[in-house]
Amino acid sequence: MAAINKASIVYRLAAVILLLLVASAVLAPVIAPYDPNRVMPDETLQPCSIRHWLGTDSLGRDVLSRLLYGAQVSIGFAVLAALCTTLLGVSLGIIGGYFGGVTDLLLQLLVNIFQGLPGMSLMIAIAGSLGPGSASLLLAVTLTSWAGFSRIVRGEVLKIKEESYIEGIRSLGGSDAYILRRYILPNLFNSLIILFTIRVGTVVLSVASLSFLGLGMQPPQADWGVMIQDAKVYFRSYPQLLIAPGLCILALCGSIQLVGDALRDRFSIRQSTQKQDW
Amino acid sequence: METIKSGIWFYIVKKLALVIPVWLGISAAAFLLGVISPSDPAVLLLSMDGISTPGAQEIAAKRHELGLDRPYILQYLAWLGQVLQGNLGISYITQQPVLDELLLRLPVTVTLAGISLLLVMLVGIPLGVLMAWGKNTGSDFVLRAAALAGTSLPSFWLSILMIWLFAETLQLLPTSGYGSVSQLILPAITLAAGTTGALMRLQRATLLEVLEQNFIFAAKAKGLPGSRIIWRHGLPNALIPVVTLLGNYFGGVLGGSAVIESIYSLPGLGSYVLEAIRGRDYPVIQGYVLFTGCVFVVFNLLVDLVYLGLNPRIRLGGK
Repeated sequence: MAAINKASIVYRLAAVILLLLVASAVLAPVIAPYDPNRVMPDETLQPCSIRHWLGTDSLGRDVLSRLLYGAQVSIGFAVLAALCTTLLGVSLGIIGGYFGGVTDLLLQLLVNIFQGLPGMSLMIAIAGSLGPGSASLLLAVTLTSWAGFSRIVRGEVLKIKEESYIEGIRSLGGSDAYILRRYILPNLFNSLIILFTIRVGTVVLSVASLSFLGLGMQPPQADWGVMIQDAKVYFRSYPQLLIAPGLCILALCGSIQLVGDALRDRFSIRQSTQKQDW
Repeated sequence: METIKSGIWFYIVKKLALVIPVWLGISAAAFLLGVISPSDPAVLLLSMDGISTPGAQEIAAKRHELGLDRPYILQYLAWLGQVLQGNLGISYITQQPVLDELLLRLPVTVTLAGISLLLVMLVGIPLGVLMAWGKNTGSDFVLRAAALAGTSLPSFWLSILMIWLFAETLQLLPTSGYGSVSQLILPAITLAAGTTGALMRLQRATLLEVLEQNFIFAAKAKGLPGSRIIWRHGLPNALIPVVTLLGNYFGGVLGGSAVIESIYSLPGLGSYVLEAIRGRDYPVIQGYVLFTGCVFVVFNLLVDLVYLGLNPRIRLGGK
């Protein structure tokens, strides 16, 4: 029993960290001490102080303020991208799984094609070809990740569709739309929440990588990946410039993974009886 | 025997048949990249010297010469025809055939990906087993935290810290460049970190799941020692999801190597495409997508064959 309690403490801690990060992202305009892009030429590369809790960067911008706004950029974009991915993947998965036939065959082929593409390479190529910007980033992230969603949703739909109660409803005259809305979607809901949560974490990491390469968020945007890129030259003397945004990404992605695992246990999506530890 | 064989062949033929549409899809994706790009290749080519600003007539003539005034489908078919003959076009910047340059850089990326995949397996599988073995002990706790950190840390951040620690401070390894194995150690470790973390977590979970099953209880009842139960009966049955994970992650390793190559200045495929993106060198970007796509497809086929060896249900023609 002690082990289970220990695990749930870790999960709770992760949930608290995640909530704090989301709260700081939402409240950034209220709690940030400075404008994240305000350049203070007299106060460049300041160490941590009362005035600047985490110091300032090479242009004299307040690091804490940039981190808070960075949370807004990272989390906001990741949630948007994960939503787009989920919507696209779920719609195509449901259409294929529920209606079957030639449509399903073609969609399956499309899924196979997109899963056959190396995701990160394609993401780099799309973001690079379209030129930098949030729209091309969104397209790059969505196009390279919907297929996995679609495959999982299709499988779930096929499973639910075979249940005898669905057949019963159909024989009672329930329409496709009714069955989809009333039975299939609610049954998918739990797995979708989990997939969505985990997806947000993956997007944060890939967007940070793209931003670091200069293909994602663009400077002077307060983004964690951009901040790490900026800090590359100065971190030997001012390590907090590099450490702080890195720890933020670690905290965000780590807590998302743990919360995803916790949700999976709560909704008992795992087939086995084994309860997964964190 | 006959049905077993036909089962295997059916499986292999099915997998091979799927390669063609997937490959066509990859080629279409590569071609579409050129279509969606906001720059006009004709303008790019004409203003390559950085001095001339081409007139409208000049651009129209060049567009006609390049065939850009034809419908996209015809352009695609013409392009595909060239690709099938091994012609991926000429780089705008270096004026070299794209395929030659890609082949020149392929060994760097493949070596890097190979070493890191080896690291992933050599570190991830044993540590995963160790975690399952010592479930809920101190070492399990520490390793779980490490695995979680591995999957949650951005590789570029880790690279910067590792260069600082191992190359600059301890001076054990070179900071960047390509030529010797020692120069690939740091890049391979950083590239491997994320996948290793994911593999450790998965290996632990699947092994724990297998160890709950009846045949393991039977083995225990027979009086087999714990180590033999894990290595002989537990691990082989827990390897199938691991192979799937490695297959899926290879795509990540291919793309992720772009980040690593740019940080450690390795002349591989990734740094080549990043240069091309900066120079709006579309034939190279398209060639990169096509090329990495093919490498990925071949790798996935190999993974499927490994599957065949590991999973008797497929081998014996079942579902």
